[in-house]
Amino acid sequence: MSDSPDIDAAPAPTAINRGFWLPLVLFALFALVPIVAAFGPKTFILALVTRIMILGLAAMSLDLLIGYGAMISFGHAAYVGIGAYSVAILSSHGINDAFIHLGAAIIACSLFALFTGAISLRTTGVYFIMITLAFGQMLFFLATSLAAYGGDDGLTLASRSLVFGSKMLKNDVVLYYVVFAVMAAVYLLLRAVVASRFGRVLRGVSENPVRMQAIGFAPARYQLVAYVIAGVIAGVAGCLLANQAEFVSPAYATWQRSGDLIFAIVLGGLGTLHGAIIGAAVFSLTAELLSGFTEHWAMIFGPVLILVVLFARGGVAGLFGRPS
Amino acid sequence: MTLTLALVQILNGLQFGLILFLIAAGLTLVFGVMDFINLAHGVQYMVGAYLAAAFSAMTGNFLAGLALALPAALAFGLLLEILIFRHLYDRSHLDQVLATFGVIIFLNQAVKFIWGAAPLSVPIPDALSGAIEISDGMLYPVYRLVIIGVGLAVGFALYRIVNHTRLGMLVRAGASNARMVSALGVDIRFLFTIVFGVGAMLAGFAGAMVAPILSVEPGMGDNVLILAFVVIVIGGIGSIRGAFVAALLIGVVDTLGRFGAPTLLRAVLEPAAASQTGRALAPMLIYILMAAVLFFRPTGLFPAKR
Repeated sequence: MSDSPDIDAAPAPTAINRGFWLPLVLFALFALVPIVAAFGPKTFILALVTRIMILGLAAMSLDLLIGYGAMISFGHAAYVGIGAYSVAILSSHGINDAFIHLGAAIIACSLFALFTGAISLRTTGVYFIMITLAFGQMLFFLATSLAAYGGDDGLTLASRSLVFGSKMLKNDVVLYYVVFAVMAAVYLLLRAVVASRFGRVLRGVSENPVRMQAIGFAPARYQLVAYVIAGVIAGVAGCLLANQAEFVSPAYATWQRSGDLIFAIVLGGLGTLHGAIIGAAVFSLTAELLSGFTEHWAMIFGPVLILVVLFARGGVAGLFGRPS
Repeated sequence: MTLTLALVQILNGLQFGLILFLIAAGLTLVFGVMDFINLAHGVQYMVGAYLAAAFSAMTGNFLAGLALALPAALAFGLLLEILIFRHLYDRSHLDQVLATFGVIIFLNQAVKFIWGAAPLSVPIPDALSGAIEISDGMLYPVYRLVIIGVGLAVGFALYRIVNHTRLGMLVRAGASNARMVSALGVDIRFLFTIVFGVGAMLAGFAGAMVAPILSVEPGMGDNVLILAFVVIVIGGIGSIRGAFVAALLIGVVDTLGRFGAPTLLRAVLEPAAASQTGRALAPMLIYILMAAVLFFRPTGLFPAKR
């Protein structure tokens, strides 16, 4: 890499001011949920909010790709599927250790991301959208054909992963705080990534790849690294999802789930990271609310999505403060 | 015996490929001319199947149902274009993906709301319900041959229109450079609307044609949509010829793969392992094919743009 003082020195003060209080309040709220939940239908609330955080985790990783890298991946749910199946397949063979599950998910996701990313990133624009979609479908069909692991019907886990041999994840509150900690850690990690030199190069590439190439960067390499990071994080989300639901099925990896993830980050505001979590929360709560209201909730949800796209640019996070 | 079986599979593959072509033709033109990524194209296929089912049940005659379903599918496509899609042409691909995703969510649920979640079945018209002997002792249903014939005819007609008429010339010009065509004084918005309507009608036609041999159910368009995307990506966006070649390729590879993969693998693996691996591998074949094509030709086999 040639030296590039402009990129290294580029300050991002607005991003820091804008992105400080809102995420802090958000995480504080999430931290308080189990305490508040004790006064209501505790199991239900904990399960719902744990799922929201897992969805938020996967959505954040996708935000790195779409919001910062302008790589519109439409197959991101595949990584959630790989993570979930890592847990299910290993535990069906009697391997229950959480760290082995996590390690397997990370290795499988990085390999899949490296392989499919290297091919997908040769294309741009709509071709990229569709090739990621196709790779996602490929994995979905692989999952449905795994007859030994439930095929179409999926697989129920015998138990949640063991942490150092203890069944601590069996307690919903412990699982909640584990997911919370992972979400917070990933948030800080991604904040650091996007603020780093790497992150600025990535944003530069998304804005103008030709110019970045002209000043001496190889765009594809940066994009591929971002693609692998995002895939691995989504895989971790998949591990947590399998543990939360104690069940995995190919449905986790359908392209509709990939669409949900994109919707969540657009709803929350692209390229903000915490917007992904807000979007995941708004998405899940709206779906939950509407499905309690009518079984045909999708007939309300679909038009809401269209209206959000047509009229609410910048998403929910955009409402709280937009760069001038 | 195996040879005749393979022949039947190839015919099935052709029939599947031609149906894919009917869907992909509209998608690739809408894509190529308007640079508009329309995920809702798959639901046009579903709506076509439902309309055919509803109208044939109403009239008691499949052909009459088909004749009524076509203009209805066209009208429905134009309605969607005017209400929603028209406002998305200038938007980013991300917005287009999301809004059309919303259309899918809505329509999949809407057909469930109107016709129920249970699959509908449409009887094959009496005149076409027989089977003919294609070689000794091997019967092939006439209706599937009709689909092949109709698909080829529509493909030929499209080829004539796109390559040998003034309208087709404008469409091709629009696919290679829409702004230049507009600058030369062509009403590109009107051209868009025509292309969109025809594309929607073709997808609806494909849905109506397969209604008697597949079950008509909510979400039936979703998987077909992905396959149509694979077809147009392999063929090259905006190219009718590419869509035709790629659709037949995908149809035949997918059908033969499902039939042949376990058989072929039996040569190197134990029977149980072979059928297991074959079943896992077969649905992935077309995606592997697509990855291979894009690896060597990132803009497809017959790119329309420059």
